[in-house]
Amino acid sequence: MPLISRGFRGRQSEGPSDRIPPGQHLVDDFPVLSAGPTPHTPLEEWTFTIEGGAEPASWTWDEFRALPTEEVTTDIHCVTKWSKLDTVWRGVSLDTLLGLVEHDAGYLLAFCDGGYTTNLPLEHVTDGKAWIAYDYGGEPLEPEHGGPARMLVPHLYFWKSAKWIRGFRLQEEDEPGFWESNGYHILGDPWLEQRYWGD
Amino acid sequence: MADERRLDGNAIGGMMLELFGVEMTNATEVCRTCGTADIVARLEVYMDAPGTVVRCAHCKAVLMRVVRSPDRTWVDFSGLGSIELPR
Repeated sequence: MPLISRGFRGRQSEGPSDRIPPGQHLVDDFPVLSAGPTPHTPLEEWTFTIEGGAEPASWTWDEFRALPTEEVTTDIHCVTKWSKLDTVWRGVSLDTLLGLVEHDAGYLLAFCDGGYTTNLPLEHVTDGKAWIAYDYGGEPLEPEHGGPARMLVPHLYFWKSAKWIRGFRLQEEDEPGFWESNGYHILGDPWLEQRYWGD
Repeated sequence: MADERRLDGNAIGGMMLELFGVEMTNATEVCRTCGTADIVARLEVYMDAPGTVVRCAHCKAVLMRVVRSPDRTWVDFSGLGSIELPR
């Protein structure tokens, strides 16, 4: 019996070349990758906060769910080399969130329950490129996949789509996050195979 | 579900041997966050993330992060207060 890593399971194929970045293979299931225990923050204690603007902004779960939502069907690409096509999400666009905050930042650092962080340039999360997603496949996002809410930045490697997100800090400088400070690429474009420092 | 993915420190025995040159699963480390001393074999390990993450079994703080590419290894042991190497 072959040894199969949990990060690589599932039927594998090369898939359509215009949708599968170099070095990736297609999966039908949704592998779970975690750097720690799964948090279970009760919704009544959950908030989403944007720091670093002219005024701090924060929403409770009910307030956040009252914001305008979008449904997004998109392909996702994990740096461990699996890709999954046509995933369906619902959430709040970062265009909506950033439109509610006065700022002159160029970057954000997302922070999460469990201590995970990841950094992103604002030009890569605006103009319809990123969401805070709370539904997946028409159902509430499961905790193992980042529920109650996770970042969704599908054009970058999926470590940027931070699970269990609780907010982000707007910054003038690009500050490396959990993986970016220890070997992984500062941006992580799968079409350029930006996996590690120097790629 | 989290427990299914959590391993103990024996899972990083080979990696630690490669990094330190000696068998390390019985080595004692001290968590920088909570000060708890424990042997490596008792630590909590997550290996299905993009890298290997080792956490304190007492306070869950990140002790070590190791990322390996085909030609390089990055090591961050900043969560450790100290580590006692066998001779």
